[in-house]
Amino acid sequence: MGGNIIEMKHIVKNFYIGTPNELHIIKDVSFTVREGDFVSIVGVSGSGKSTLMNMIGVLDRPTGGEYLLDGIDVSRMSENDMSDVRNRKIGFVFQTFNLIPRSSALKNVELPMLYAGMDGRARSRRAKELMELVEMGDRMDHLPSELSGGQKQRVAIARALANDPAIILADEPTGALDSATGRMVMDLFHRVHREDGKTVVLITHNRELAAETDRIITIRDGRIVSDQPGAPRAAEGR
Amino acid sequence: MLAVAGLKSNKVRSLLTMLGIIIGIGSVIAIVSIGNALTASVSDTMSALGANNIRVAVVPEQEDNTVATMRGNLTQSRIDDSDLISMEQIQKFQERYSGQIADISLTESVGDGKVRDGRLYANVGITGVSAGYRSINNITLEKGRFLNDRDVDRMRRVAVVSDRMVSNLFKNGEDPLGKEIDVDRDDEVDTYLIVGVYRYEESSMIIGAQTQSDQDITTPLYIPVSVAKVGADNQNYQSFSVKTKSDVDTAAFTEQTQKYFNDLYQNNGNYKCTVINMESILSSATSMLDTISVAVAAIAAIALLVGGIGVMNIMLVSVTERTREIGTRKALGARSSYIRVQFIVESVIICVIGGAIGVLFGIGLAAVGVYLLKASLVVSAPVILISVGFSMLIGVFFGYYPANKAASLDPIEALRYE
Repeated sequence: MGGNIIEMKHIVKNFYIGTPNELHIIKDVSFTVREGDFVSIVGVSGSGKSTLMNMIGVLDRPTGGEYLLDGIDVSRMSENDMSDVRNRKIGFVFQTFNLIPRSSALKNVELPMLYAGMDGRARSRRAKELMELVEMGDRMDHLPSELSGGQKQRVAIARALANDPAIILADEPTGALDSATGRMVMDLFHRVHREDGKTVVLITHNRELAAETDRIITIRDGRIVSDQPGAPRAAEGR
Repeated sequence: MLAVAGLKSNKVRSLLTMLGIIIGIGSVIAIVSIGNALTASVSDTMSALGANNIRVAVVPEQEDNTVATMRGNLTQSRIDDSDLISMEQIQKFQERYSGQIADISLTESVGDGKVRDGRLYANVGITGVSAGYRSINNITLEKGRFLNDRDVDRMRRVAVVSDRMVSNLFKNGEDPLGKEIDVDRDDEVDTYLIVGVYRYEESSMIIGAQTQSDQDITTPLYIPVSVAKVGADNQNYQSFSVKTKSDVDTAAFTEQTQKYFNDLYQNNGNYKCTVINMESILSSATSMLDTISVAVAAIAAIALLVGGIGVMNIMLVSVTERTREIGTRKALGARSSYIRVQFIVESVIICVIGGAIGVLFGIGLAAVGVYLLKASLVVSAPVILISVGFSMLIGVFFGYYPANKAASLDPIEALRYE
């Protein structure tokens, strides 16, 4: 295992809903995630789990504290720099897939590379490889509306991998899927983690899914209440 | 390219959005094209008439000068010879300004008639003219000579006829010169000797003139004005034309002439003389066209404004509809500027497609208008380029606000948007 990919030190996040009221959503959270970890962050709704995820994903800045992502301090960055960091360091997988509806599956996978300024041919070649990797090689020209939920999520995972990011950040990736398809998607995460050594952060409220990961961080009322190893299935092997 | 895909998937909506732009650009193109065609044909006709021609006409005190002078005859036919200009007065005027005047043209319209020769016939409009008529109206002779002063003075029964009449009447290619023709008018038959043949040119100016077959076409038949005056209501002249010598300032001479005839008519309470030159007719015709153009341009500007607002509205709807998409794009690393450009490009594409359809629509409209006016269509490339360029500008201007709204969306809020 390498160094720290995520390093959060005394992170605080407050929301102002008109002075003098202040909502303290995240209250002094510190943790690190090492390269190649498969971590789950668990919490009920209202626990601050989503806010923490937005900060991990560099969609939001903390009110206080320091956040180093892959060694870069991202806690005081400009909007444009945050965009660039998201583009190169983070691979998002959403509960609702969030594929661009009028673009083909392949074009969706190309999108992060387009924003990274990669040229067309290289983009297309890499997107095809990734589509093969997620076993969607025969559906590249389909529109998202022509794909099933599981297929959409596989395309989304391929898209998340496009710029070879430091972490895959998956927000309830099986929440909109039936259990069999959800299982398939989870297996794909395990495969990406095991075979490519990707760091995966899974945000979920499902303790069963969380138990499959190496480490479970539990959030309640804006604080980490437990941080313990999970019980990866023997079948997944190490 | 997403923009184009978006347009395709919302064909009706896109078309309705473009409608304002289409109407705006279309009407501009149509009016400019029709205006150009008319100006071209009016200037052609006017320059054929000659820029150094002056027309003097007697009109009632209240009448609008230009219209009455152009019409050349009066609404009320009851006008006494004493109110008109006599031959002596015209000759005096000619002598007074002999240094400036090249020619004077007098006319007397007799009416339509028919020239018959057995089964052959030709329709003619019998017009009495003076010798000066030829140079003032740019008559091109094919054969023989035009009427001269002696024909007028001696009231010779001679005629100058059109090449079209000749081809209708002399089928065997005989020489028409020296031939006598019988002109039938109101059951009276007059006989004239042909002394010349001129080339008939169809006037593009006569708007709405019926095109007749070659056989039935009515062409002028010129006879000495003195002959035409025999039996006419008035022996004096209601109007006449003057051609100035080439080195004379026509505009200044027009004023001089006006002053001369004002003095002549200063004691006449019912009638006055108006003097205009062809340039002033041309400028009043073009100024009328300019007025119409300004009115249409105003309508077009309103249509374009409404069209632009329509585009802005639809772009705002599009931004709202695609909030999640925008959030996703930002999460994937699109900078705000990229989102802004994407939406502006989309708006510009809508406007340019609308503008292009408008250009085609306008040219179509102009083609119909020009056909009805019997002018020829002039499509001006710069106007088309400016129109399309202007549509782009509308796209940028009205697309900027929605695009900015899209660009400034908070990705977290946008991703959460249902």
